[in-house]
Amino acid sequence: MNGVHDMGGLQCFGPIELEADEPLFHAPWERKAFALTLAMGTGGRWNIDMARATRESLPPAEYLATPYYGIWLEALERLIRRTGLVSEQELAEGRALVPADPAFRKLAAGDVPTLFRRGWPSTREPAAPARFAVGDAVRTVNANPAGHTRLPRYARDRQGVVAAVHGVHVFPDTHGMGQGEHPQWLYSVRFEASELWGQQTTASAVHLDCWESYLLPKA
Amino acid sequence: MTTPAATPDPLNAEMELRVRALERLLVDKGYVDPRTLDALLDLYEHEIGPRNGARVVARAWTDPAFRQQLLTDADAAIASLGFTGRQGEHVVVVENTPDTHNLVVCTLCSCYPWPLLGLPPAWYKAAPYRARAVIDPRGVLAEFGIELPEHTRITIWDSNAEVRYLVLPMQPAGTEGWSEERLAQLVTRNSMIGTDVLRMPAAGEEVAA
Repeated sequence: MNGVHDMGGLQCFGPIELEADEPLFHAPWERKAFALTLAMGTGGRWNIDMARATRESLPPAEYLATPYYGIWLEALERLIRRTGLVSEQELAEGRALVPADPAFRKLAAGDVPTLFRRGWPSTREPAAPARFAVGDAVRTVNANPAGHTRLPRYARDRQGVVAAVHGVHVFPDTHGMGQGEHPQWLYSVRFEASELWGQQTTASAVHLDCWESYLLPKA
Repeated sequence: MTTPAATPDPLNAEMELRVRALERLLVDKGYVDPRTLDALLDLYEHEIGPRNGARVVARAWTDPAFRQQLLTDADAAIASLGFTGRQGEHVVVVENTPDTHNLVVCTLCSCYPWPLLGLPPAWYKAAPYRARAVIDPRGVLAEFGIELPEHTRITIWDSNAEVRYLVLPMQPAGTEGWSEERLAQLVTRNSMIGTDVLRMPAAGEEVAA
């Protein structure tokens, strides 16, 4: 989705606001929004790509005006409603009115250290050989999918070189839409900054991770 | 200095009520155990933070074999120190040299190597950095008080997949022969994102380990 979350290259946001001795959370509600999001995220009803897709679907003005963990909170409310874990009325009243979804996998406190120190790898076994190899010249597709994608606008229809092959990873464009993992080869692609920005840049190169379907052989 | 991440009071009050209502509902429904929330917060508030990444960097500076493995198979090297986990399942370490400086960003959201650096600072997640890092890294670095030599090329790593990037900063001149523990004290979080360059501490400046 072409949205305001895809902000690489915009110049209109003013200076970076640095904060001395920044706390991990700036208010008690931020701690809770963070922890609730993580606790609910392992329940099996959505995945990390769906969570990202939901966060970035906020209207632009709302996305930019909402504090970071406020976006997480908004997305969490949308996800529990959309997946039927809670009803509109329950959310409005803040209490349980109907039985819970028995299929939801509740995260036990005792499992937290083990699970979160292990993580959830996105790599999968290859089903086919990689189409590209290190050193190959490639061009990104010129695509504007209405759904979730991880190919930023600044790098569409641009030429680069494969710098590394990361293996086969879950494809966020389908996974984020609830349409399955459809794993693809993932490549680190190096773009010369001038290919992306012309002369008005102080970068030398930008590396982006590109799933195989984002790439075409250089014509 | 402003406090950018501070949310205005009325909005804070509204958020506080919303989160409290949501927590009550999710606990009431049986989806969330309050002890699980405590366990998650304990992990990310007390166990996981940039000291992990600093240990990786200091080890790389003092152990050539580890450094070699870190740059070619970071997952194995990092696993040997036990710093695996959520948002760090797949890690690539990129090395700064006098010729090349590396800078990490996530233009699309806020991807960041949690097990090595902890949760990201507010500026990393905010629009000004996400927008400008990929096009004007020198302008961005200037705001961090960093000016690189003109001949240094800047490479940006936009973390748009589940691969997380960690910068291996250059070891400050004059610290050769220091112990791993002492070196780890020098490594700042920002140097592992690429928004800081390390230097030898001035006399009396070094923090006792």
